Amino acid sequence: MSLKKVHDDQPDSFEFSDENLKKAEEILSRYPKENKKSAVMPFLYLAQKQNNNWIPLSAMKYIANLLSMPYISVYEVATFYTMYNLAPVGKHFIQVCTTTPCLIRGADKIVKLCKEKISSSENELSKKGSCSWMEVECLGACVNGPMIQVNDDYYEDLDEKNTVKILDSLINDKPLKPGSYRGRKNTAPEKKQQVNGENHA
Amino acid sequence: MLKAENKIFKNLYNNYGWEIDDAIRRDDWKDTKNIISKGREWIINEVKISELRGRGGAGFSTGLKWSFSPKKVGSRPHYLIINADESEPGTCKDRDILRFEPQKLIEGCLIAGYAVNAHTCYIYIRGEYFNEGKRLQEAINQAYKKNFLGKNACGSGWDFDIHIHYGAGAYICGEETALLESIEGNKGQPRLKPPFPALVGLYGCPTIVNNVETIAVVPTILRRGGKWFASLGKPKNTGTKIFCISGNVNSPCNVEEEMGIPLKELIEKHAGGVIGGWENLQAVIPGGSSMPLLTKKICDTITMDFDTLIENKSGLGTAGIVVINKDQDIVACMARIARFYKHESCGQCTPCREGAGWMWRILDRVVKRKATFADIDLLSDVTKQIEGHTICAFGEGSAWPVQGLLRHFRKEIESRCREEPLIKKKTNNPYLVDQHLLENKNA
Repeated sequence: MSLKKVHDDQPDSFEFSDENLKKAEEILSRYPKENKKSAVMPFLYLAQKQNNNWIPLSAMKYIANLLSMPYISVYEVATFYTMYNLAPVGKHFIQVCTTTPCLIRGADKIVKLCKEKISSSENELSKKGSCSWMEVECLGACVNGPMIQVNDDYYEDLDEKNTVKILDSLINDKPLKPGSYRGRKNTAPEKKQQVNGENHA
Repeated sequence: MLKAENKIFKNLYNNYGWEIDDAIRRDDWKDTKNIISKGREWIINEVKISELRGRGGAGFSTGLKWSFSPKKVGSRPHYLIINADESEPGTCKDRDILRFEPQKLIEGCLIAGYAVNAHTCYIYIRGEYFNEGKRLQEAINQAYKKNFLGKNACGSGWDFDIHIHYGAGAYICGEETALLESIEGNKGQPRLKPPFPALVGLYGCPTIVNNVETIAVVPTILRRGGKWFASLGKPKNTGTKIFCISGNVNSPCNVEEEMGIPLKELIEKHAGGVIGGWENLQAVIPGGSSMPLLTKKICDTITMDFDTLIENKSGLGTAGIVVINKDQDIVACMARIARFYKHESCGQCTPCREGAGWMWRILDRVVKRKATFADIDLLSDVTKQIEGHTICAFGEGSAWPVQGLLRHFRKEIESRCREEPLIKKKTNNPYLVDQHLLENKNA
């Protein structure tokens, strides 16, 4: 169960763009006609994407109308799942995995760097307004820990040095490439090598 | 050690390409039509012979599960659901299958779908795996292009469609009934069982829910025979399994190995050993965060399979192995896991909703050395109050790791606790009178 605060400053209205309306139609075709309600999660994703990565209340009302379901049911879904943002987030939304496997490999150092570089507390926009960060639970890339997710992409096998580089690149709006930062191939075991002046497996 | 020819996931690290033509070169989609033409009975029976147990955590016999699906389609359609909501801390095997072996999964879906009379399959992927989902969609499109899916899929005479449904960051949706609720467009809160999904599942229709890895190994089993699969591993714990080795090892990795491989061999051969040497090992979580940890003494000899681990009061779960060495604060590690469960509890059952937070707060106090000896018994009591008193297995999943910690590291916890504060000495104090005022004569 997530504790989320709905943003104070809400837009008055929301409508899907033409492109998203087409997508919505395609989504509806995946589910049986009498179970339109199933499309609520994909629709919320569409709304979130269209509205700078957060969902206003008016979008929930719009989706409720579209799927002929009560507004409160949409609200319930939007507040239950953690990936729906109910308040604005940065253009580069950084999620740091801090669950045990990543923690053991030093995720707390990455959190510290985020606090220094971006903002002192979670879900707070950075000075230039382009980034925000939060701690999240296991992102499912445990053998590549510690790792962060920026919008849709995973940055894996991090240490302090390259995290600083990545965060700087995000602040300057020129994101570095996602993937492993120790030059390894996906989840394959590594041979011993020199990385950033340190011995690595 | 598993021989190369017995490996099922040859492209686990993407050395050979994930696209459909590469997959076909690795013998995917070979004889699929032929396999399906042998009929439902044969497929289910062959899976039963292979003694394949579900790879999602519970380890239930897959063949048996499929045989629960009604033999004839009544007024309601059947559904096949693939559970790709991999969120168990320590587990990242399904991600590699989705990324690099999608055709194995898709072929498995078609065969399993035919075996349980389903024309429609939903693959429920966790929302964070956006890129993996995109990759899978591409793979599905490629399969449609080759007529392996759709009307008369693969020439078998069976119509079959696959749709992807994204989750949105709720761990509980990995529980099968919560997953169904989520696809139906509700909050992901588990349902009471029975009725089991095999009879009343998605939209009230008969539904079979399987893990990604379970379905992805099925085509290979049917091609090479159930007996071949059963010859690997140990009796009742057959076949191969992808192990995810993370934490304090020199070279964390995913690796496919035979069931029943000794844990020490797994860590030393594939993951480059424990950081600081085997002697520096403190504990191992053997099957994702919900399984109780094992001490070094047990790790010296234990083999990785369902039954041996249950004998040692733990479980294979999803085979996500988290290695913790002596440089780590074991209580802090487990407190973080307790915080995970507090965050992810769906809030439906009171013991879990309240208890998960309670366990976290007590463990946090222990980490900060602010707990009292009485807290330890309280903690133990809370875990017992959660276990068995919830709708789904999340309650057990959150209580077991803490119980494991208490079982093996009670001394460590006690060394950080202190006596009760003075306030406990006089119990008949009038309400709202501060103890220190009563005890201090000068006050």
